Amino acid sequence: MDPIKNKIQNTSKETRQDLYGRIISYSCIILIVVVVLSIFFFVASKGIATFTINHVNLWNFLSGKNWNPAVTDDSGHAELGALPMIVGSFGVTFLAALFATPFAVGTALYMTEIASHRDEKFLQSVVELLVGIPSVVYGFIGLSVVVPFIRHHFGGSGYGILSGAIVLFVMVLPTITSMTVDSLRAVPRFYKEASLALGATKWQTIYKVILRAATSGILTAIIFGMARAFGEALAVQMVIGNNAVMPKGLFSSASTLTSVLTMGIGNTVMGTVSNNALWSLALILLLMSLVFNIIVRLIGRKGRMQS
Amino acid sequence: MNEFIETKDVHLYYGEKEALKGINLSFPARGINALIGPSGCGKSTYLRTLNRMNDLIPGVTMTGSVQINGQNVYSPKTDTVELRKKVGMVFQQPNPFPFSIYENVTYGLRIAGIKDKQLLDERVEESLKQAAVWDEVKDTLHKSALSLSGGQQQRVCIARVLAVKPDVILLDEPTSALDPVSSGLIEDMLLAIRDNYTIIIVTHNLQQASRISDRTAFFLNGELIESGQTKQIFMQPQKKATDDYISGRFG
Repeated sequence: MDPIKNKIQNTSKETRQDLYGRIISYSCIILIVVVVLSIFFFVASKGIATFTINHVNLWNFLSGKNWNPAVTDDSGHAELGALPMIVGSFGVTFLAALFATPFAVGTALYMTEIASHRDEKFLQSVVELLVGIPSVVYGFIGLSVVVPFIRHHFGGSGYGILSGAIVLFVMVLPTITSMTVDSLRAVPRFYKEASLALGATKWQTIYKVILRAATSGILTAIIFGMARAFGEALAVQMVIGNNAVMPKGLFSSASTLTSVLTMGIGNTVMGTVSNNALWSLALILLLMSLVFNIIVRLIGRKGRMQS
Repeated sequence: MNEFIETKDVHLYYGEKEALKGINLSFPARGINALIGPSGCGKSTYLRTLNRMNDLIPGVTMTGSVQINGQNVYSPKTDTVELRKKVGMVFQQPNPFPFSIYENVTYGLRIAGIKDKQLLDERVEESLKQAAVWDEVKDTLHKSALSLSGGQQQRVCIARVLAVKPDVILLDEPTSALDPVSSGLIEDMLLAIRDNYTIIIVTHNLQQASRISDRTAFFLNGELIESGQTKQIFMQPQKKATDDYISGRFG
């Protein structure tokens, strides 16, 4: 065979490398997909057991206000009402997002529009540092600073939804800030130029053009922050009081889905009602993070349609 | 004689690099003035000194004087916000905001505090008509300006500038990103409004300069080589560099 024909018809080294690379990346993707699916399957199969095996009514589970998995009544049913934890989780999440958003957007605007390059770098590393602090440290500070502060100024034990929300506020602040910074940076420079050239002030430009053009990105940042707050367990557990009753207000001891899970999962026996009930809480958590993800997707799609 | 816009000995530096080397140039009120020259010759930089857009670029220093209608543009008392309402600018890339056409055109008026719906409606129609794009967009005023073609976007951007009724309109290569038909529409539109505005247009397109401008200034390497009536610059240039450039020997 002549050498040219030989060269063309045989697989070259580069083509083989390409194939290897493709095999490696596909295997990684498959591994990740398998892990995610098995988590879903595992949590779902365990979480559903409460309703299929222990015959707890789904509606009673979601709307019941009493949580006593260890105590069974005359008919052998345990009191499994998850509403207090659902309310607690959403309470701390929304409050934390509410507190954090103005600070995050303000900081992000300062970093992208006002600060000098040096200040911007400095703030960026401060924000990154906040991300790196372990949640037990946040919880500890919450326990030794926030809880006594609230006890002193608002009465009660100091444990409760407000304390949880304040700790989470600090924890989600860097997430929301850095994602808002990214979305502000993504606003094309020529929008700003066009606005200034029409005689707008810097503030008018920020308020009427830049923030508006970045709205979908900022909303996405807030949702991501909320997803993080919703799933945070340790720091919240340290300051919320862990009382699985309907919260009476912001200052009374309460609990979240995550705090009940981390407190209880080691103290129950696999396959019992109380263990299955915790898996159901985990299933709610998982479904909520799915919902947060879908919301982010929808916002992203809407943002793309506008531009 | 006092011209409407007078610039004297304008030097501009990007850091150490001297981009404008002492420009003395003036423009009378009303009419179309073209700035021509090869890339990097400083014509866009010069244009941006007139509404102080160079202020936005870090590391820029400028000396010399720029007067518009007898007022010193670079006086510390000058309010750049007021200045830019009087001296509008159209950019090379169409840059409508990601809002509706109506909101784009009324942006300048709204930031100036005008809320009267009837006045806004009138200005929108008037400006879009002047910018020769009214017939194409009148039924879709509340659709996103980004859904328009590039040529339509650029004319909406011109309408956005016209809506605030400036005295001066600066255009920085407004047609270089557009197709010939859209460019032609914009040229016709500029000719139609030349009696009401002082128009200064930077262009790479020599035919465009000769078609529409009353006066032309030729820049080269940060210096003003020659300026005068367009006819004279194109038919009897005084300097060899001008002759070489307009006859296509370089650039």
